[in-house]
Amino acid sequence: MSAKTIDAHIESHVFGDIEVLRDIRFDVSHNEIVAVVGPSGCGKTTLLNLLSGALTPTRGHVAREGPTRTVYQQDGLLPWLTVADNINLGLRHISDSREKLAVLETALAMIGMETFRDHYPYQLSGGMRQRAELARSLVSPAPILLMDEPFSALDYMTRVRMRQELARLLHDMPRTVVLVTHDIEEAAQLADRIVLLSRRPTTVLDQFTVRVARPRHVTQPEVVATVARLLALLNLDSPSAPDAADGRRIPLTAS
Amino acid sequence: MDKEASSKSWAPWGTALIFLAMWGLLAWSGVFPSSAFPAPWTVVKGLIEEASTGRLATDMVASLFRVGTGFTLAILLGVPAGLWLGTRVRARSALLPMVNFFRSLSPLAWIPFAILWFGIGDAPAIFLIFMTTFFPMVLTAVAAVANVPSIYLKVGYDHGFGQREMFRQIILPAVAPQLITALRVTAGLAWVIVVAAEMIVGRDGLGFAIWDARNGLRMDLLVSGMIVIGAIGTLLDLLLHRLARHPGVRWAYER
Repeated sequence: MSAKTIDAHIESHVFGDIEVLRDIRFDVSHNEIVAVVGPSGCGKTTLLNLLSGALTPTRGHVAREGPTRTVYQQDGLLPWLTVADNINLGLRHISDSREKLAVLETALAMIGMETFRDHYPYQLSGGMRQRAELARSLVSPAPILLMDEPFSALDYMTRVRMRQELARLLHDMPRTVVLVTHDIEEAAQLADRIVLLSRRPTTVLDQFTVRVARPRHVTQPEVVATVARLLALLNLDSPSAPDAADGRRIPLTAS
Repeated sequence: MDKEASSKSWAPWGTALIFLAMWGLLAWSGVFPSSAFPAPWTVVKGLIEEASTGRLATDMVASLFRVGTGFTLAILLGVPAGLWLGTRVRARSALLPMVNFFRSLSPLAWIPFAILWFGIGDAPAIFLIFMTTFFPMVLTAVAAVANVPSIYLKVGYDHGFGQREMFRQIILPAVAPQLITALRVTAGLAWVIVVAAEMIVGRDGLGFAIWDARNGLRMDLLVSGMIVIGAIGTLLDLLLHRLARHPGVRWAYER
């Protein structure tokens, strides 16, 4: 945990005449999982695009140690390619076709989708699509994984199952991860550190470390306690919480 | 399920049979004079007559050759032009209004020039088919490129695609379904126009055959010509519809 894998300071990022992000310092250590939680429309996806290099901050800098892979909320698989060919996109660095096939087979086994290798995304359920996309990202040599609400298009039970699976996969193949989510359970279960963002212009309101070994389960008392803590920070812990959706009311408590 | 499928495949034939019966009944009743309302059996006789002299085959080949040539030219020039315009903002803003202008012109308005420039025969008809299909092809390709979901481009960017790969592996497969739909629509259009064109600039072809029958007051031959034209048009569409079943483009029709 010495050198930072991501070292970013976005002084300001502007779309047209709207300032989306302001003064965000964002460091991620090697193989650390950071969850970014914030109200919808606060610029979480913009933050990911800045971290991946798809966007350049209006003012500030982003340094990253190696390339990134992004897992999207949905439709991240190319619909004209089969599951196998989609995963092969992540294997472009391997030129030997035998080796490529071996890695592909391991990846399919790892997500339990051996029998679906020749299926097209439209023939799969939402959970399977996300699993295939995860596999594509994890087989690639990119050390940084950016996840943009990867499970938010799934139903609750599939989401819980996918979180468990992701926790297991990241335990077996550790990566540096930035996980953007508004699923508090997801953040509490998966992250080493949770960063809370405010409304626009978005800035870091608060952040704290979750000192519990991974992989965790959502029913673990420490995870439940983290959920409660997050809910309290977001003013969502009491029925009389005034306008909880308004990020400005989040108290700035020290971690 | 099987029962339903087989009834589906028989349904169009049943409809045709009912239509034929109604037509025959109406002709047999003598409500209209037989010179203005040919009966199905006289039309069949006319069709056999045309087929046995070899004229039907000559006319079919002539019309199909003109549509095939003009349409192929339009695809070969229109699709690349549209794809290029779709990726070039400035060229698009300069040229698109002109393309729209020409698309709005009825291709039949070009008939005088077609004769003046190309005389009579294949060339003017091919020119008219080209003018009919080129501009819609360009516009579809432009719109298709502009509508490629940005997530696919991001996936390409993520996997380090260069410009060439971006075009061949992302843009082309993403627009293919829309191009196939455009192919079906414009092929139908071309088939309608070739008949009209041959009435005026032809010395043979199915359109000319109809015109010839009208001049000779052979309503039976006129209707047999219409039937052949309709049948070929339907077949063409069925053929192009098969393209949509290709596994690489099916995703767009299955969602």
